[in-house]
Amino acid sequence: MPIDQSLVGRSFPPTPPREVTEDHVRAFAEATGGRYDGGPAPATYPIVLAFGAMNAFLEAEQVDLFRIVHGEQKFSYNRPVLPGDVLSATLTVATLRQIGGADIIGTTSEVTDVMGAHVCITSATLVHQSIGGGADA
Amino acid sequence: MNPGDVLETQTYAVTRADLVRYAEASGDHNPIHQDETVARSVGLPGVIAHGMFTMALAARAVATWTDGARVVELGCKFTHPVVVPVDGEVTVTVGGTVKSVEAGLVALALEVTCDGQKVLGMPKAVVRA
Repeated sequence: MPIDQSLVGRSFPPTPPREVTEDHVRAFAEATGGRYDGGPAPATYPIVLAFGAMNAFLEAEQVDLFRIVHGEQKFSYNRPVLPGDVLSATLTVATLRQIGGADIIGTTSEVTDVMGAHVCITSATLVHQSIGGGADA
Repeated sequence: MNPGDVLETQTYAVTRADLVRYAEASGDHNPIHQDETVARSVGLPGVIAHGMFTMALAARAVATWTDGARVVELGCKFTHPVVVPVDGEVTVTVGGTVKSVEAGLVALALEVTCDGQKVLGMPKAVVRA
């Protein structure tokens, strides 16, 4: 079933605040073969928050994760993520197009700290194959 | 760093076990990164690496080249899947060129390939000099 066009412009509730621990930053860095010796988290770490927001969005819209393929991701950082940060992400559906049986969903997720200060904004293009087949990325 | 500088190519091996660890650390448990049957059912050639896994490798290369400089922007399209076999590994190669150095910001154009095939579209990073 295609995704409802009326979603464009809608923001979903902020994800529950999540504390960034040194252990988790290390696990994330090591999962991509990197090392972590303290300090800022790897640049793609905020995807943990954005992914949480995306999952909540997909659940709310009853979209199966396995039908989603990632099309594009961009990060724009105000500051790096540090252990001790308590972060939340708020997802907004920016654009929605249908191409060849696929929904192309443009989202932006703003990651903020516990004071409400902007940490980074990340935009994602999600390709949703509503009837299977054709994904190539 | 100066415009036109070509940065030392970085290579990274990727295995299924890496994808399992990344799924755990990132929270992305999409089965297309673990399960051949599910991956094929949505038209993929096999189990593929998380796009964000490949992007994390690109970010690792940037951190290596810039000695951990603060990243201001990072972005790419996911244009071709990195198919990871059940046994053995695939190699992801990250190359980079300095595009501009302006107002304390260094813009890098990356090239990320797997088996000679570009896997990311227009990957780029901007870091503080």
